Amino acid sequence: MSLRIVVTVKYVPDATGDRHFADDLTVDRDDVDGLLSELDEYAVEQALQIAENADDAEVTVLTVGPEDAKDALRKALSMGADKAIHVEDDDLHGTDAIGTSLVLAKAIEKAGYDLVISGMASTDGTMGVVPALVAERLGVPQVTLLSEVSVEDGVVTGRRDGDAASEQLQAQLPAIVSVTDQSGEARYPSFKGIMAAKKKPVESWDLSDLDIEAEEVGLDGAFTKVETATERPARTAGTIVKDEGEGGKQLAEFLAGQKFI
Amino acid sequence: MAEVLVYVDHVDGAVRKPTLELLTLARRLGEPVAVALGNGAADTAAALAEHGAVKVLTHDASEYADYLVVPKVDALQAAHEAVSPAAVLVPSSAEGKEIAARLALRIGSGIITDAVDLEAGDEGPVATQSVFAASYSTKTRVIKGTPVITVKPNSAAVEAAPAAGAVEALSVSFSAQATGTKVTGRTPRESTGRPELTEAAIVVSGGRGVNGADNFAIIEALADSLGAAVGASRAAVDAGWYPHTNQVGQTGKSVSPQLYIANGISGAIQHRAGMQTSKTIVAVNKDAEAPIFELVDFGVVGDLFDVVPQLTDEVKARKG
Repeated sequence: MSLRIVVTVKYVPDATGDRHFADDLTVDRDDVDGLLSELDEYAVEQALQIAENADDAEVTVLTVGPEDAKDALRKALSMGADKAIHVEDDDLHGTDAIGTSLVLAKAIEKAGYDLVISGMASTDGTMGVVPALVAERLGVPQVTLLSEVSVEDGVVTGRRDGDAASEQLQAQLPAIVSVTDQSGEARYPSFKGIMAAKKKPVESWDLSDLDIEAEEVGLDGAFTKVETATERPARTAGTIVKDEGEGGKQLAEFLAGQKFI
Repeated sequence: MAEVLVYVDHVDGAVRKPTLELLTLARRLGEPVAVALGNGAADTAAALAEHGAVKVLTHDASEYADYLVVPKVDALQAAHEAVSPAAVLVPSSAEGKEIAARLALRIGSGIITDAVDLEAGDEGPVATQSVFAASYSTKTRVIKGTPVITVKPNSAAVEAAPAAGAVEALSVSFSAQATGTKVTGRTPRESTGRPELTEAAIVVSGGRGVNGADNFAIIEALADSLGAAVGASRAAVDAGWYPHTNQVGQTGKSVSPQLYIANGISGAIQHRAGMQTSKTIVAVNKDAEAPIFELVDFGVVGDLFDVVPQLTDEVKARKG
């Protein structure tokens, strides 16, 4: 039987751009170029490797986001994923992590899955909690923050590098996995991959396809509210000296003045 | 006075510093009730009482070590039911965030992660977060259910505030999901004898300019002269010069020490995201145009192989 892998990906504002907030205090997605979150490329890569090592597997990439989020799907398809699902609905604007996990869980169930692979966090929200939330909603094991992952005979195993210890984890499929940027360099799409991606199917679903009411998601459905967002004042210009043989001593003098030594 | 649940991060009974910081913040919101789980749970009571815990709920079972995350969620949920707190505070470790998120979903609450400050508000706790690589600061509230908030290390001072700290056994029944993900092996990190990166008052980091694993010895020597933790940029980690556990930046640790010393680090957005909230920043870099100099309180344009050893010697001399 075919191994059904769903990779969740997010279309995010480019972190090297000038990111800011819109008037309603949601992330401004109009004024900054977007792209597939770099951390999700690692998830796509691990999904492709697992699929390549399986007898029969299918990799579906799933995103929740505005029209432009198709770019993220296209990138994943050009890396080698088989098909894509785009959940798009105007009522999704402003959805928080709890709401996002609801949409993802419903879409993953509708798509059918044995294994879900996500990145460790998005590069915009950076919470890193959505995989755990999706696992909680689906009632299946969470095998998260893996630096190494493999699947064999319906069992997923992996290494989770924590602060205090490195842990070996194991769970039966179906399961929710997330991988870190240590899991292995993501491949670049080949020219052939880019051309092939144009012919791969991208399904579009809206909230009604997932039996989700508008008030369960979006800004109105959010469990948290951003009251204010303030641009951090630029750090005041410091003292810069050129080392002419005494740079280390000058630095020590500064640190002593600040009572660090 | 309302009670505030504080999830205790401890190693065999030794309470880690971020938990003590949480007690400081919890006292702003109400009376801290600590929840300590697993091996040594009851041994945490003295330290927690010393820092303001009125009660310490404890439970030990092999499930906490043998299975990932979910048993701890079950226990925290049991504590939430027993106490009906005004808020639940959890240290912002990778595991802490996962525990907090699953708890929030179960109890119908919103979650805020990586708070750097917390204050009582008319409509519940208000969390300050540092976002977009610390270029913005936001104030956020949970507007449904009991606020569940994870707080980053170094967000508050540890304060002595003696309280009763009465130990009570927590009654926990594990859910069907608790045994879903088995921990089949555990290799503890080798201790370097240096402070924990995220908890350290001073962090000394090296980047591409360090130019080799062996050269990190001069970064470590400076760190040791200051009693500091050692960090590394992504470039240095990707090059294999220093372990990933020491990486500072977006995909590594986010640190907020009193003093951050960046050596041979250009200051790309990836790195800035992890250290921009440090109180005082100094840098040593050959390139006068490196963006790191935009952040510094004091910077030296020069060769780190000259400047850093001279600084280390000077620190040692001044400390006698």
